[in-house]
Amino acid sequence: MISPRIAGVAVLLLAGAAQAVEFNQVQPEKTKLVFTSKQMGVPVDGGFGRLTGQIRFDPAEPSAASARLEIDLSSIDAGSAEATEEVVGKQWLNVKAFPTAGFQSTSVKALGGDRFEAVGQLTIKGQTRELTAPFTFKQEGAAGVFDGVFVLKRLDFGIGEGTWSDVSTVANEIQIKFHVVAASQHENVLQPH
Amino acid sequence: MIPATPYSATAKLAHWLIAALILAAFPLGLYMHELSLSPEKLRLYSYHKWIGMTVLLLFMPRLLWRLVRPPPALLPGPAWQLKLAEATHWLLYLLMAAVPLCGWLMSSAKGFQVVYLGLVPLPDLVGKDQALGTLLADLHSSLAWALMVLIVVHAAAALKHHLIDRDDTLRRILPFVKLPSGDTRP
Repeated sequence: MISPRIAGVAVLLLAGAAQAVEFNQVQPEKTKLVFTSKQMGVPVDGGFGRLTGQIRFDPAEPSAASARLEIDLSSIDAGSAEATEEVVGKQWLNVKAFPTAGFQSTSVKALGGDRFEAVGQLTIKGQTRELTAPFTFKQEGAAGVFDGVFVLKRLDFGIGEGTWSDVSTVANEIQIKFHVVAASQHENVLQPH
Repeated sequence: MIPATPYSATAKLAHWLIAALILAAFPLGLYMHELSLSPEKLRLYSYHKWIGMTVLLLFMPRLLWRLVRPPPALLPGPAWQLKLAEATHWLLYLLMAAVPLCGWLMSSAKGFQVVYLGLVPLPDLVGKDQALGTLLADLHSSLAWALMVLIVVHAAAALKHHLIDRDDTLRRILPFVKLPSGDTRP
């Protein structure tokens, strides 16, 4: 026999679980943006330390999702002190003139399972290009975790000008991995409608 | 007079090939280190690493060859010179392996994998560790200088034998030189 009270709690929990949960609190300290460039065939890892953003994402309704991320380019680590000093300079990111890079989503769609795809505008060094980034979404406790990889062609944004535009030394393709953690607003989670 | 026996063709080839590689890698290392970051610098660093890895690659068969087919005995001379020659040869062997190995370790510690000829990724020997990388860079440089000093001593001794003693010490390692058995110079 199931008591009416337990049944009632179960119904409430089910209602809560089926409830739309929006992940919208980006947690910068858990969010990571790393990249791998290739120099003479040698993969070199780097990353960015500071990233802020606004995300609205409900896995049940991806088409309503949006993301805006801003990267503080001066927080770059290009894998070595010498390279880090070089890439903030004019020929590379020109951080003095363009201190941030930004991504603004225009659409998000479900690809099935936990896979999604975001399309948006990526702006680096004053140049804006459309970017398509597939990602996976996983819920971990009250947080949503977005993981994705895409390839950026540095010359599309004028990253590495002059002698550096020679892609036989530093490859044009830069692999970028993002790991974004966003919490849901807690009061929404079990709030019955 | 003692008849001079030449080195085997394999030993001669290994000697001169590795000598050429080391004598190319050393000035290249000095030069590239002073460059400011540029595509040229990245290319030269890669070439330097590839040369070093080639020396390391050739070292093992060369050492094995020496152990399996010992070189001809040293020509007679004062005991201290024979001892010095013996010590120099083994130190040269030690350093021709230690210098590139140390360079490989240093590259790993600095977070740059070695990709041989841009094609074959070699495993990182240690994890990324800047302090260790700096230490290994100093060691790599010191050992390379020590190797250069030994090479100068080694070459000076060979020239002394050739020009002053006028014996076959140098001639028997030279390529394309035939020593008629029992041929001795005055």
